[in-house]
Amino acid sequence: MKGMAQLLREHPFFSGLDEDYLELLAGCGENRIYNTGDYIARENDPADHFFVIRDGQVAVESYLPNYGALCLQTLHKGDIFGWSWLFPPYLWTFDARAMNEVHVICLNGKCLREKCKTDPKMGYELMQRFARIITDRLHATRMQLMDVYSPQPPPLERSR
Amino acid sequence: MIPALLRIDRRSEEYAGTFTLHLSADDGGALPEFMPGQFNMLYAFGTGEVAISMSGSPTGDKGYVHTVRVHGLATQALGRLREGEQIGVRGPFGQGWPLDQVEDRDLLIIAGGLGLAPLRPLIYSLLNGNWKARRVRIFYGARRPEERLYREELPRWSEVFELRQSVDHADTAWPGHIGVITGPLQMAEVDIQSAMAFICGPEIMMRFCIQALRSKGVAESNIYLSMERNMKCAIGHCGHCQWGPNFICKDGPVFCYRDIQSWFQIRAL
Amino acid sequence: MQESVLQAEDLDLLIQAIRGEGYQLLGPVLRDHAIVYDKVESAADLPRGWTDEQEKGTYRVKRRDDDAYFGYAAGPHSWKKFLQLPRRPVWRAQKGNHGVAITEIVEEAPAMAFLGVRSCELHAIATQDRVFVDDKYRNDSYANRRAKLFMVAVNCTSAAATCFCTSMNTGPEITLPSDLAMTEVIDGEAHYFLIKSGSSRGERVLQQLPVKPAIKDQVQRARNAVERTAQQMARGPRSFDSSDLKALLYRNYESPSWDQVADRCLSCANCTMACPTCFCSTVEDTTDLSGDHAERWERWDSCFTGDFTYISGGSVRADTRSRYRQWMTHKLATWHDQFGRSGCVGCGRCIAWCPVGIDLTEEVARIRELDKS
Repeated sequence: MKGMAQLLREHPFFSGLDEDYLELLAGCGENRIYNTGDYIARENDPADHFFVIRDGQVAVESYLPNYGALCLQTLHKGDIFGWSWLFPPYLWTFDARAMNEVHVICLNGKCLREKCKTDPKMGYELMQRFARIITDRLHATRMQLMDVYSPQPPPLERSR
Repeated sequence: MIPALLRIDRRSEEYAGTFTLHLSADDGGALPEFMPGQFNMLYAFGTGEVAISMSGSPTGDKGYVHTVRVHGLATQALGRLREGEQIGVRGPFGQGWPLDQVEDRDLLIIAGGLGLAPLRPLIYSLLNGNWKARRVRIFYGARRPEERLYREELPRWSEVFELRQSVDHADTAWPGHIGVITGPLQMAEVDIQSAMAFICGPEIMMRFCIQALRSKGVAESNIYLSMERNMKCAIGHCGHCQWGPNFICKDGPVFCYRDIQSWFQIRAL
Repeated sequence: MQESVLQAEDLDLLIQAIRGEGYQLLGPVLRDHAIVYDKVESAADLPRGWTDEQEKGTYRVKRRDDDAYFGYAAGPHSWKKFLQLPRRPVWRAQKGNHGVAITEIVEEAPAMAFLGVRSCELHAIATQDRVFVDDKYRNDSYANRRAKLFMVAVNCTSAAATCFCTSMNTGPEITLPSDLAMTEVIDGEAHYFLIKSGSSRGERVLQQLPVKPAIKDQVQRARNAVERTAQQMARGPRSFDSSDLKALLYRNYESPSWDQVADRCLSCANCTMACPTCFCSTVEDTTDLSGDHAERWERWDSCFTGDFTYISGGSVRADTRSRYRQWMTHKLATWHDQFGRSGCVGCGRCIAWCPVGIDLTEEVARIRELDKS
């Protein structure tokens, strides 16, 4: 049985992070397994956790009354998700649902916030990694917005 | 240079507005060979010609296969053609993928939307063993699951190669990735020394894929892409497809990124 | 090659000798207040005693104070129109009971003779040869016309203000091969052509003429006339060093000068039509009312037109800035990479025939100026 710190170390999000930090963060984490269809997070529910996907596929969804669940993006092994625990009101803004058996490390948000506060250097290191992922997601979202495979240019204003 | 008249043996609808034509010589004779990545000019009677890449097997059968998206008048006219009817074909033209360099390489085939069509002959060449790479991964991004090309063939490819598909939008019936293709690409472990990437898709998508590859350390000289510009004559005479010093029709459509990167950055070139 | 002297009053004998060899003779004629290239049947058709005054956006014919036959500079026409036809049928397609038949339209190329080809124009023809004959694919219509072509080159003994061949190293002295090369000399009472042949076809024509071997003085006068022309241009405002143009333009794709010129340029395509090297074309496919008969025609096109770069969704060069930049950068820079030479021969047609007086040489100077700052 691998220790939590070792599991974190193996995940790309934490690669190269100081051993001391890993040990510190491991104290906030626990393993969880979700079955197909399980909600890992639900819009407007308290966002207490940050998830590190070890295996499986997670759908980030929004529920439309006349359509059902609309999947905006899928996340996979090597991805992370959930940053609503970072800011008040600590509520999920989207649904996250397991598309198959999903293995995650679930890190307690409150625990993380406190550790970042007491060790701002680690906090900065962690925030940099979050910023990077959020930037990538924003980039991907913009690319989706452009609808590049459509025969028509996207319905955005022409700026020139 | 006048078009040869070929017969449409088979026409299949890929999805709404996009169809594939299987062509052969009327007498069943051999057609000029081609390299994956090359294109033909398809002539719709009285309407005009369009440049359409080869998307069939470069060996084996004697015919050509072309996947066409209806857009302008000429493609609309091509779309109205039925099996048994004739179509004018000039070609093959242009420079193809550098298959002679894939041996022992970690090959990343990256296709976006219709961009899979010019890459399919290459995939066939790798499938039938005419060319061998050490490892082949296909990254295919599309708008929706039902707007993927060659859907019936994809499972077979995924048995032989590593196939990563990602669509921008899908309903819950789609079990695969949702998101842009740069996601799986960024996640992929790449052996920088032997990596070689062939990209074809919308220009924006290719730009982002190149960024992703560069950030992984793949050298410019190991990235190839297929460019699109207005082609009228296909033989470097009409001037339309000029892109900096390059004629897309005869110097391309496949270029090594190293050779064109400075032009790639210039807008409205 | 020994040079000979043909007296001006015998010029018609040259014309008739060339026509006698079976050539359709084309040369300068005065028409619509311009000196253009058209059929010439006798020396009387030539614009004897006429010249032109040219400046930015200006072209006026006017009387000379002598009777020179070739005392004019490049006019609105270039020889291009006889080699790369402005409009020509390419193929014919017919739907019948047994399917479609496509027939290439192969023209029996006429044997043409050009009278009065300037040095810059010889360079222009060589430039188009490189595109249509010497590349991987041939334009048969052009190549067949070109193969039969007989050229009488004439040295320039006066230049228009718009001329800048000395800057592009294409003149005024004839250096490229032609069948016959002449220099017109008017000096006091003397009016003669110093003439020499450059091919066996030219020699055959020359032998039919009442020429006399040139004496040293006659040769020298001709040389002087050409030299004066060169000096006239070298002293003029359009003289510049073109040796670094490719590098200059390659590093100035984003020069603010493109915005400035785009404010004036009308995207009218006149420069490309007047240019003797611009080779772009497009095709038109049509059917008749029955729908059973289709044709394809090729015609001159211009990189200034809106749909020139159209790909699904829109035009790549949507604005005038990018079109002018393409035209000028192609002409002066990318042409080198494509064909191993410049696409500009310094004839100045694009300057004279620009309706708003855009001057390529000024644009080069402006880019150079901004490049320094």
